Amino acid sequence: MDDLRELYQATILDHNKSPRNFGAKPECSHRADGYNPICGDKLTVFLALGDGDRVEDVSFEGVGCAISTASASLMTEFVKGKTAAEVEKDFKSFHELVTGPPAETLDVPGLGKLAVFSGVREYPMRVKCATLCWHTLRAALEGDEQPAKTE
Amino acid sequence: MTAATNRTPLDVARVRKDFPILATASRGKPLVFLDTAASSQKPQAVIDALSAFYASGYANIHRGLYQLSAEATRLFEGARIRVQEFIGAADAREIVFVRNATEAINLVAYSWGRQNVGVGDEILISAMEHHANIVPWQMLCEEKGATLRVAPIDDRGQLVPGGIAELLSDRTKLLAITHVSNALGTINPVREIVELAHARGVKVLLDGAQAVPHTSVDVRSIDCDFYAFSGHKLFAPSGIGVLYGKLAHLEAMPPFMGGGEMIASVTFEKTTYAEVPRKFEAGTPDIAGVIGLGAAIDYIEEIGMGRIEVWEAELLEYATRRLEALPQVRLVGTAEHKAAVLSFVVSGVHPHDVGTILDQEGIAVRSGHHCAQPVMDRFGVPATTRASLAFYNTKEDVDALIRGIEKVLEIFG
Repeated sequence: MDDLRELYQATILDHNKSPRNFGAKPECSHRADGYNPICGDKLTVFLALGDGDRVEDVSFEGVGCAISTASASLMTEFVKGKTAAEVEKDFKSFHELVTGPPAETLDVPGLGKLAVFSGVREYPMRVKCATLCWHTLRAALEGDEQPAKTE
Repeated sequence: MTAATNRTPLDVARVRKDFPILATASRGKPLVFLDTAASSQKPQAVIDALSAFYASGYANIHRGLYQLSAEATRLFEGARIRVQEFIGAADAREIVFVRNATEAINLVAYSWGRQNVGVGDEILISAMEHHANIVPWQMLCEEKGATLRVAPIDDRGQLVPGGIAELLSDRTKLLAITHVSNALGTINPVREIVELAHARGVKVLLDGAQAVPHTSVDVRSIDCDFYAFSGHKLFAPSGIGVLYGKLAHLEAMPPFMGGGEMIASVTFEKTTYAEVPRKFEAGTPDIAGVIGLGAAIDYIEEIGMGRIEVWEAELLEYATRRLEALPQVRLVGTAEHKAAVLSFVVSGVHPHDVGTILDQEGIAVRSGHHCAQPVMDRFGVPATTRASLAFYNTKEDVDALIRGIEKVLEIFG
């Protein structure tokens, strides 16, 4: 049960139940679709970029598991107001957090609330659930037409 | 196996001892294996047959003049006869060894399909097919300019009455349909379906991957033209499968792959092919896999398919009742005639979260689309969690599943 609480922390369950920044924003300048063919999770990220490639607004919609939904929700909160370069740096840190060696307390600084996903690294099958939204966000920033994939 | 021995009930505690993996732990808990529909576990008899063959009987078959090769060939061809008898085929030459049911279906699509399907022709499948019985036909239709038609299913996951009859036309060349659905558990009335198709001059291929391990199959009584199944779901090693085809069809079909083993003579000008089934068995086959398949069939027949069917029906009834008692659980696939497959969704919880929480309890289930995305679309779900049972499962396994789901509800409550 402790291991499960490690994965399904209260913050994750809360963001799964009431995802923040949820819903389409068709007026946004950038958008991208994400798809995980292994599990069928789909999501779309909407992005409004301002001066200096700064994220002025961001939202998402789609269906997925608790890890995937909470990750997208927390990500939108986390990147709002940041520049594209900063988001890229966050993606790398987040990726390190969820793919680091299991059973090691890996300190990845600067991730704030996103640290709740550290339990994911114990479940290699679930890493893609946590990272799909980030792949999709990067695709939106780069203006990719093709759906982002975790594969 | 005689009817008399089939009358004594299955001793599940005893058969569990035949499967060493069932005594192991997963995530520090006793393993509760509920994913037989994906692949079955292996009895010691099969493990021993493989080990003995590699330790003291291994050689290539059909070629060597030495005793070891002759004996390996005898074991290999003996297993073919075991398969023939097991599914009630008229002739051992009707048994073609392939890698799995997928390859068996592809063999028919490439060989029989390319010879018999043309522009404007139709191939009929059903809405409950595994991708293995969809994609090869789509590829064939695309290549030949033929059309794929799909017989509908109802909300319980059963073929809609009259649906197949309505879609059979003068252009239909083949009906390819599953015997038992992997995602829903539905058992199709294959004898009636074959009769219906044959009355219109349409050949029938049955995907028997989920049927052969759980029910007696007699291809002569069903009268299908082709029957495909995998060894790995039948308690045999992975990597070996079977295509049954009526002898006249197989003899008329061109080879699927060229190479050694499948020839009678080769010159640079012309090659003549071997007789069936070797015409379809190019290259060195999975010799040990075939011998393991023979051992698996011996093992199943020793237990008795009659007893297996009775026990699995009791498990299915019990599991259905326990799952239906949970108001947050919805079963997907509630056909009147069902195999022991329970696909379900938990209200408000994604199947992957269900799967992860069950895994933590040592319970192995499958969460996903089960290689049947159109089935998921039909029921309006992205995925399901599937518990699939075999004769080595117990009511205690089902109880563990229910406790696991209660844990899911507790965490997501």
